[in-house]
Amino acid sequence: MVLIDCFLMLLLAYGFGFLYYGLYRNLSARVHGRFGPSLAQSFFDSVKLFVKEQSTTFGWMFYAGPIIMATGAVLNVLFIPFINHGDSLQGLSSSANLIVVLYLMVLGPLGNALGVGSNGNPFGVMGITRGLTRLIALELPFYLAVIGVMIDAGSADFSAIFEAQSQEMNLLKHPLLFMAAFISFLGFMGKSPFDVVGAPQEVYSGPATEFSGKFFALLLSQSAMFSFAKLLLMVNLFLGGADDLGDLVLKTFVLFVAATFIGSVYARFSTIQSVEFLMRIPTLLGIVGLALL
Amino acid sequence: MEEGFNAYRQSLESEEQSIKSTQSVVEQAIAWFRAHSMFVLAYGTGCGAIEMPPTFTSRYDIERLGVVGVATPRQADILIVSGYCSPKTLKRVIRSYEQMSDPKYIIGLGSCTINGGMYWDSYNTIKKLDDFLPVDMYVNGCMPRPEALIEGFVKLQEKIRLNSSEAGYIKYRDNYAHYRANQERLFGAQVAPSYEENFAGMN
Ligand code: SF4
Repeated sequence: MVLIDCFLMLLLAYGFGFLYYGLYRNLSARVHGRFGPSLAQSFFDSVKLFVKEQSTTFGWMFYAGPIIMATGAVLNVLFIPFINHGDSLQGLSSSANLIVVLYLMVLGPLGNALGVGSNGNPFGVMGITRGLTRLIALELPFYLAVIGVMIDAGSADFSAIFEAQSQEMNLLKHPLLFMAAFISFLGFMGKSPFDVVGAPQEVYSGPATEFSGKFFALLLSQSAMFSFAKLLLMVNLFLGGADDLGDLVLKTFVLFVAATFIGSVYARFSTIQSVEFLMRIPTLLGIVGLALL
Repeated sequence: MEEGFNAYRQSLESEEQSIKSTQSVVEQAIAWFRAHSMFVLAYGTGCGAIEMPPTFTSRYDIERLGVVGVATPRQADILIVSGYCSPKTLKRVIRSYEQMSDPKYIIGLGSCTINGGMYWDSYNTIKKLDDFLPVDMYVNGCMPRPEALIEGFVKLQEKIRLNSSEAGYIKYRDNYAHYRANQERLFGAQVAPSYEENFAGMN
């Protein structure tokens, strides 16, 4: 039963991940005054990449990088409940709590660093250095907000967090914490103005520069799934979780569209600027939010 | 026998049918995905490169066809060589092409890639790109408008969908000696190391 549940969750995350990625390309095309590709374009891309030849090798660590990242993404999907009650679409969330999920969220960047480190491409190394620097600044406000949510619920369990939001969701109860978390969430999703990692025109594809064929496809698939996991986490922490599948789609969609529009209109910060900004505004918001608890 | 435009079109279609009948459903599906997702490495060698930005941005929006630019040869399917090449540039173009993974295709943009164009008697540009690299699709004109480039992409898409064995990367592998001899003649002692041993084990 749990196995079927897990399988279903992964399937949903995969489908929604690619759908949202397609939607992102489509929406940002509309913002640019273009029509953009079809919704399933990213899916076509990943299928094509899976059947493309792999031309490079830099030893086993190079291949291990994307696999570690994919492991992080899959575990995250399985440990975050999709629905806020009942037994279905819960995956393994009863045996994990928020702390495990937060811990697993940094597995991706670490796997990436290992893979990139072994190929030695200067653009990859630059990208990953930027990514890890930014990650430190991203985590600070996000963790402040999460600590606030945990204090409010009195527990790090998802069920307790849902329970605490049964009357009023955290977004309304603690708007400052939500704002702090949302700004870091933009960075976690790789949206402008914090998209310094794979910044085109600066570091080419950043960490993905040397990857081709199947492993690049794996990178794309895991990032689509991981994005959906992050959306889920935000929905669970601040929007009270989803009552059913329709609610899940609605809430993740609203968050996603907000992030996409904000990302489409801002220019990119430099690494230092984004670190400074994240250390100031959202961190301050988080601290004030914590003080008001 | 029927004559005219329709007859011509029918003959093309029957040719397409005969190629498709030899392929399995899986092969056809893979070819379809390949045709609908083309990652482009746009190599701005000559003045024709100036027509590529409008093709890729809001004005002509080629992303509608699933064509996107990528920054590294490792991920690219299609190399656009946009115009004349001096030997010095060509060396880099060849290296970029050889770093791409199969299946890969080349679009020659502009008359200069076909026969040297207005540079045909220049002392330091090559005349015919096809002598050094296998070109899959030429887009003629000096310089070709974005519409022409889009037309080239659509034609190339049809070619990829047919999954024919005449694709450039297969030609390059099978006739490597020919291409290599031309490259050696042009570059002399400064020719890059041969990639031939990498072909071993490929189908
Ligand atoms: S074909 Fe014309 S526009 Fe293109 S590179 Fe040659 S001279 Fe320039």
